[in-house]
Amino acid sequence: MITVEGLTRKYGSFTAVDDVSFVCQPGRVTGFLGPNGAGKTTTMRVMVGLTPPTAGRVTIGGHLYNDIPNPGRHVGVLLDASAQHAGRTGREILELGARTMGLPAERIDEMLELVSLTPAEAKRRLRNYSLGMKQRLGIAHALLGDPSVLILDEPANGLDPAGIRWMRGLLKGYAERGGTVLLSSHLLNEVELIADEMILIGHGRIVAQGDKKSLLAGAHGTASTFVTALDNEALATALRTRGLTVASAGDGLRVEAEPVEIGRTAAENAIVLTDLRAAEGALEDLFLELTSETQREVLA
Amino acid sequence: MTAATLDLSGTPATPFHRLVRVELRKSYDTRAGFWLLAVIGLLVLAAEVIVLAVVTTQDEAIAFGDFIGTAAFLTSFLLPVLGIMVLTSEWSQRTAMVTFALEPRRPLVIGAKALVGVLLTLATVAVSIVIGLVCNLLYGLIEGHVDWTFGWSDFAAFLITQVLAMLGGFALAALFLNTPAAIVVFFVYKWVLPGLFALGAALMGWFEALRPWIDFQSAQEVIWNMSGTGTEWAQLVVSGIIWLGLPLGFGTWRVLRAEVK
Repeated sequence: MITVEGLTRKYGSFTAVDDVSFVCQPGRVTGFLGPNGAGKTTTMRVMVGLTPPTAGRVTIGGHLYNDIPNPGRHVGVLLDASAQHAGRTGREILELGARTMGLPAERIDEMLELVSLTPAEAKRRLRNYSLGMKQRLGIAHALLGDPSVLILDEPANGLDPAGIRWMRGLLKGYAERGGTVLLSSHLLNEVELIADEMILIGHGRIVAQGDKKSLLAGAHGTASTFVTALDNEALATALRTRGLTVASAGDGLRVEAEPVEIGRTAAENAIVLTDLRAAEGALEDLFLELTSETQREVLA
Repeated sequence: MTAATLDLSGTPATPFHRLVRVELRKSYDTRAGFWLLAVIGLLVLAAEVIVLAVVTTQDEAIAFGDFIGTAAFLTSFLLPVLGIMVLTSEWSQRTAMVTFALEPRRPLVIGAKALVGVLLTLATVAVSIVIGLVCNLLYGLIEGHVDWTFGWSDFAAFLITQVLAMLGGFALAALFLNTPAAIVVFFVYKWVLPGLFALGAALMGWFEALRPWIDFQSAQEVIWNMSGTGTEWAQLVVSGIIWLGLPLGFGTWRVLRAEVK
């Protein structure tokens, strides 16, 4: 369990992290979501003792990170997959980690296999790695000591879609076995796919937290749905008579209601539906809305 | 691993010898590190062979100690660079983030690195002596007579001055945490400063009296003589504090407080 209490970090007059508090529960994957420069990395760096906090504190399983003996055995850390010596081979990087933690050499092969780095790839120097390979190596390094807590900063960055699916399975399985996972991202899709809980941060402050459902409910009250019918006109009329807001979107309609409501309307009016799904963009709208004040780009 | 609190009772702290072994491995597991060590060995070999070639062709007399002196002169430039690289490569390659995440007790990491510098210095000294031994034997074979003059006190002085030279680089590295800056400042200290000290002493009477207390390089001569006065030893200690103690202390304090990026 990771407990962040009233964490503040200032750089001169700039406040990178402003009175942030949250808890990451064991058995859950917690996504730490926010635009670039929102304070995610600073928060994670304080967690592992690399950055001293200005105020507040972070405990992991009840301990300050710096008080944990041989911390690699308890907390797996990946802050920057590129922060390794470019001239070392992937295998040598794991070798140094394993030796520091006092682990047997077999552990290195196990981890290489787990992250699907082939023996030939493990012999290549880090400067010849793609970002995706560096991330896989970084995850292998974080998992070396069989920790019960994982802290990963932008781990999906540079992974291809298959890699993201792989990581999702890996982290889900890890959490199901009781592990605590905190991962950050500036991309909503990644976190949405992987995380059970989400913490949204903007401008150094937490703007929302909870699971996907409660976040959506809290923000809009109503969900929005995409629907396509053989006869869109008839469906739109039927929905409007029920007092729902309908707008045309692409081949179909966008309706401010739960999918079940639209299905019921269609059934009652004997309208054939060809597509019915919750609007995927809803969470993204929420994310942009909640962090809009801190966005670098002005939204149109 | 389901508990909300971590049970640390089964996890002993990382022992210091393991940190030293890991740091030693880091010193040679990259091309830069490997070649720095190889070049030190090769240069010592080349220099002593050249000395051997010159004295045998010129029919000059030479003692075992002279071969060692040649090596000592060379390694006194190279070992500080080693001392610098041992520390600064963690910052230039940003591996300090990983190192300090795995061992948050930063003074121990710095201590392990300093000890690795000392171990590599001892290895360099050993290699220099072996090469000198072989060269002196060859000299004996070629010239028919051989002079083994090289006492234990010379050996001790060689060892101590080389360790001090390496630590000088290490201290500057701790202060600057940047390879080029530390190397430049070290060579200013090594080559430019003695001239300035001599100039200052020649021009200003008060500086001539002060100089022995701040000129660490000259102060080290007492180590070779081993028969210095109390004042000379005190001068070694005082100038050593200025050039080793202060940068190392301040640098370490800085590393302990620094945000590791």
